[in-house]
Amino acid sequence: MTKITDVSQLQELARQVRLDIVEMLHRAGSGHLGGSLSAADLLVALFFGAMRLNPGNACAPDRDLFVLSKGHAAPVYYAILSRLGFFPREELFTLRQFGSTLQGHPDASCTPGVEVSTGSLGQGLSVANGLALAARLNGTGQRVFILMGDGEVQEGQIWEAAMTAAHQGLDNLTAMLDRNRLQIDGHTAEVMSLEPLARKWEAFGWHTLEVDGHDIAAVLKALDQLAGLKGKPGIIIAHTVKGKGVSIFENQKKYHGVAPNAEEYRQALAELGAL
Amino acid sequence: MGHGGEAAAKAVNVKESTRVEYGKTLLALGHENPEIVVLDADLSGSTQTHLFAKAFPDRFFNMGVAEQDLMGTAAGLAIGGKIPFASTFAVFAAGRAWEQIRQTIAYGNLNVKIVASHGGVTVGEDGGSHQAVADLAIMRVLPNLVVLVPADGPETRAMVRWAAGYRGPVYMRTGRMPLPVIFDAQHRFELGRGLILREGKDVTLAGLGLMVHHCLEAARQLANQGVGARVLNLSCLKPLDWELVVDSAQATGALVAAEEHLVTGGLGSAVSEVLTDFYPVPLERVGLRDLFGTSGQPEALLKHFGLMPDDIRDAALRAMARK
Repeated sequence: MTKITDVSQLQELARQVRLDIVEMLHRAGSGHLGGSLSAADLLVALFFGAMRLNPGNACAPDRDLFVLSKGHAAPVYYAILSRLGFFPREELFTLRQFGSTLQGHPDASCTPGVEVSTGSLGQGLSVANGLALAARLNGTGQRVFILMGDGEVQEGQIWEAAMTAAHQGLDNLTAMLDRNRLQIDGHTAEVMSLEPLARKWEAFGWHTLEVDGHDIAAVLKALDQLAGLKGKPGIIIAHTVKGKGVSIFENQKKYHGVAPNAEEYRQALAELGAL
Repeated sequence: MGHGGEAAAKAVNVKESTRVEYGKTLLALGHENPEIVVLDADLSGSTQTHLFAKAFPDRFFNMGVAEQDLMGTAAGLAIGGKIPFASTFAVFAAGRAWEQIRQTIAYGNLNVKIVASHGGVTVGEDGGSHQAVADLAIMRVLPNLVVLVPADGPETRAMVRWAAGYRGPVYMRTGRMPLPVIFDAQHRFELGRGLILREGKDVTLAGLGLMVHHCLEAARQLANQGVGARVLNLSCLKPLDWELVVDSAQATGALVAAEEHLVTGGLGSAVSEVLTDFYPVPLERVGLRDLFGTSGQPEALLKHFGLMPDDIRDAALRAMARK
């Protein structure tokens, strides 16, 4: 699949993905809105602009791999996979229903394009390390990408895995951290302080970059920079706004796991330019 | 019945520990199959993965004292097409990393082989903190996961080879103690199949691991009293050979389930579930009763917790009296 490098085209894709998310959640009546919207620009840049993918063959041996460690952001993942052509668009609107290929959290056994089943937080980085080790042993040249949440890195296993990636010198691994500063119970600074986050990753042996996670050009540049690393893993700490793109959802903890009601839905469509 | 005849019960003086046989078999498999990789959590000397590590340093990953990361990394390697064997003590593999096994390995139905050493109280002097007495209970409840406890060296070798060829997650518990050899060197493991090691008409003694040997000794003691005991090796705890359990209930009318584990959640519970569903007869469960382990020499602990052949013999007589 040809990568898209035109930033305005990627921005337009991100707008459409946000519309998909709002539509999916409104129809499903539940799901994780805020953390899907905060990650939309990051994942559009990654999937359309950086990853080597083959939607015609979900098992292509040279495909790059992705782990959605913050599995609750499944809606943004599904919207992107569908737009890439892994499955028909109609399936997006079966999200969370009984018998759907789109489970509440990513399930690799049901959804084409999903590599790893996630949902229980803090486990994805270990799996990504395993994928990166396998790619190295197999000599496939595959790169492994992972998106973590910021609340998620309160899990101890993340830091076990952070040590492993550095110890093993996994330069084929690139992590992104969606630093939207909100978790279910409130601000991360109030629930469990994470700062100094960048210095923590640096101290664990990672090449660490900080970017505005809604600046697609900056995200692409950071991904490109980390692709050239040798001997160590890289991480992008992406500063984002939870609920980004719809004013009433932005920086509101209540929209972590709530679907928009009819009124909110109409306003979201209007702000995202669909009405 | 479809579960075949008696295994040849051999009296051989040689003793082998299941963990050592695991290590040796892993080394042999390493030469045969380049896809096999091994992970350990700073216990490679004890779990015996050090043999593989020395021969294949590029395919061995010491994860440090980090069992959760160990399981997740093994999962990633499995998705990447490798056949990972992940080892540490049973108490940490099953307990510390239960959620990682649940979410990532069992839910993902990944091709990870968890071989957990030092199961049960015969860990000995290290004490209750290190004695896995609930691992089988918490592994048995996970969908997709196969749960195995070999009874001797040949069965260990057969199981490890079988696991390497089977596509799906496996939990296998090995032990520290050297055990007598029961099976032939050519023994083959079959998923979901229990084995009759000795025939008898009056009672059935079903065991796991070390306790299979104690069941055999109990059967010899019962024979001296004129009681015929059938002895089962139910080394494949999940999926359990329920047909063999039902057949034994029908044939002998009373059972004992013996395990180096709590009587809740492990073999005793599994046999009890089968009997409840299909053919209720008296069952006595031999194992720890709502207790953690404690420090001591293995033999002393087996006596303390009522896991000796005499205890199984007495349980058999109680079960028979309830017919």
